[in-house]
Amino acid sequence: MNAPSESWNAMQLSRLARLERAASAGIGKIVPSNKVVELLESVILPSDRLCVEGNNQKQADFLSEALASVDASKVNDLHIVQSVLALPSHIDVFERGIARKLDFSFSGPQAARLAKLVQEERIEIGAIHTYLELFGRYFIDLTPNVALVAAQAADRNGNLYLGPNTEDTPVIVEATSFKSGIVIAQVNEVVDQLPRVDIPADWVDFAVQAPRPNYVEPLFTRDPSQITEIQVLMAMMAIKGIYAEYGITRLNHGIGFDTAAIELLLPTYATELGLKGKICTHWALNPHPTLIPAIESGFVQSIHSFGSEVGMEKYVAARPDIFFNGRDGSMRSNRAYCQTAGLYACDMFIGSTLQMDLQGNSSTATLGRIAGFGGAPNMGSDPHGRRHVSPAWLKAGREATGDQTIRGRKLVVQMVETFREHMAPVFVNELDAWKLQKSMGAELPPIMIYGDDVTHIVTEEGIANLLLCRTPEEREQAIRGVAGYTAIGRARDKKMVENLRDRGVIKRAADMGINPRLATRDLLAAKSIKDLVRWSDGMYNPPSKFRNW
Amino acid sequence: MRQVEKINLRFNSVPANTSRDASLCGVVGSGNLEILFRKGDVNDACLFEVNTSAKGFSSTWESVLQDFSENNAVGGLKVAINDMGATPAVVTLRLGQGLAMYMEAK
Repeated sequence: MNAPSESWNAMQLSRLARLERAASAGIGKIVPSNKVVELLESVILPSDRLCVEGNNQKQADFLSEALASVDASKVNDLHIVQSVLALPSHIDVFERGIARKLDFSFSGPQAARLAKLVQEERIEIGAIHTYLELFGRYFIDLTPNVALVAAQAADRNGNLYLGPNTEDTPVIVEATSFKSGIVIAQVNEVVDQLPRVDIPADWVDFAVQAPRPNYVEPLFTRDPSQITEIQVLMAMMAIKGIYAEYGITRLNHGIGFDTAAIELLLPTYATELGLKGKICTHWALNPHPTLIPAIESGFVQSIHSFGSEVGMEKYVAARPDIFFNGRDGSMRSNRAYCQTAGLYACDMFIGSTLQMDLQGNSSTATLGRIAGFGGAPNMGSDPHGRRHVSPAWLKAGREATGDQTIRGRKLVVQMVETFREHMAPVFVNELDAWKLQKSMGAELPPIMIYGDDVTHIVTEEGIANLLLCRTPEEREQAIRGVAGYTAIGRARDKKMVENLRDRGVIKRAADMGINPRLATRDLLAAKSIKDLVRWSDGMYNPPSKFRNW
Repeated sequence: MRQVEKINLRFNSVPANTSRDASLCGVVGSGNLEILFRKGDVNDACLFEVNTSAKGFSSTWESVLQDFSENNAVGGLKVAINDMGATPAVVTLRLGQGLAMYMEAK
């Protein structure tokens, strides 16, 4: 038997000591911006686990910069547990020796610097997680000692209003606050009366008015003018060959131009096929501007969002039957809930990738960049714990294992052109992820979506239905059979591929009654950002970088 | 002046029932191409003349144009292609569009 611990509240005592240090430095609950470095040096201890709120979109940028400028002789050896590393300051803390270890999900824009620091052994990566996985660990073994979060506004008591970009804030604050941690929020403004309370004041220790509004990235805006005819063709095949075939009503889309093309074909091509009300009614999705025409056409019934999108605030507020909005009228998003919805309550995920191998494993990892994953690995996986039945889920399960199946299958669709820009083939013998694994010293390669979760692959050459493949050889030839003129595609067994086509495992455009010549941009419900603004009746307010008029 | 690679290919194909004027499809722009279809003088083969800004892809062109010649009746045609780095997907789509335009032209 272990001796009983001397005390049961060491964490509470540590918390009180930290708050006492801040108080003796003259820092109250509402903190002036010039006191923030002093605050951080008072309440953060060496070796703490620290979460800097870095989302897909909203960033606690002021607090992150303050953290990167603390005295590294006082604050060091930190273990950073945050979902997204998007800003230079997120990496600066490692370069300056303030932090040492990292557990995260996604590092898109900082992927190259991250890889360099790993090479130089100045950063130790615990793991690259899916969002839900990291959030889960906040409540098990990666609970933050201190969380630095971003909110739209605080009142004088420290209640927080998060605005439309709620994102990760609730999950971070809950894990930190209820395990004797310290929660510090940067706010754009301190007001007397909040529009609504998203985080109650007694979960928050300090609110700092930032000298400028927190940074928000318009990550989900795709300009329709850049959608190609090939993307229109693939969208036609996806709609007719998968959405209509399975009757997909509940789904999540990735953020690429391929799926933006599908969104813009709903009011035109899908409507002509008589699919309105039969597909794409319920979504786990950020408010994509390219979905506006489908919403306005009555295609969409409900959308729950991970976060918001810059410029969509007024439009979303005006469509409360569609979006989840607060009593104040503005949107409430939540990454943890929406990821859960995308995993368990949706029948399909469709997204894109940079590379796919002959087992169907896909990865966006490339050598020299440790980018991690976005939402794809959660939503692009078959949740084995699911119990409720839907026609799409059941049909997919029966295709995979026959009529006696005891469970369905989630549709996980990868939609790619066989070549990316500069003629880089998507289909490869070996993913770059394996080389990256070696350079990272990781146990496993960073695979985004596992091949055994992928059910369909859509390329310009057609659709491969992997559910219907019965052997690894069939699966390989089904992948080769839609891999176009890549080396992988040209090495196909032509006879076997024709046999798979006869069985409907591979479908070409012609097999689905689609004439590729009709795949023109005229099918897009909106051909430009300006068209989207028109569809929204002027309520969509695109960021200036998307305005060319 | 941008360097181009010239590729000349000839594939047997079912004779096209045509003696029409030339027709042009597509545009010369990054990632795109233009294709000129016109009558040639070999009845049971299609002649291709490719000018491409992307070097080192002659075997890919060979596969794309061989498939096109097998899948369509294009014997007796001459096809001139000015390519600015189009992917095989775009090339295949444009070839189909260009052939249809040529066959539908007076």
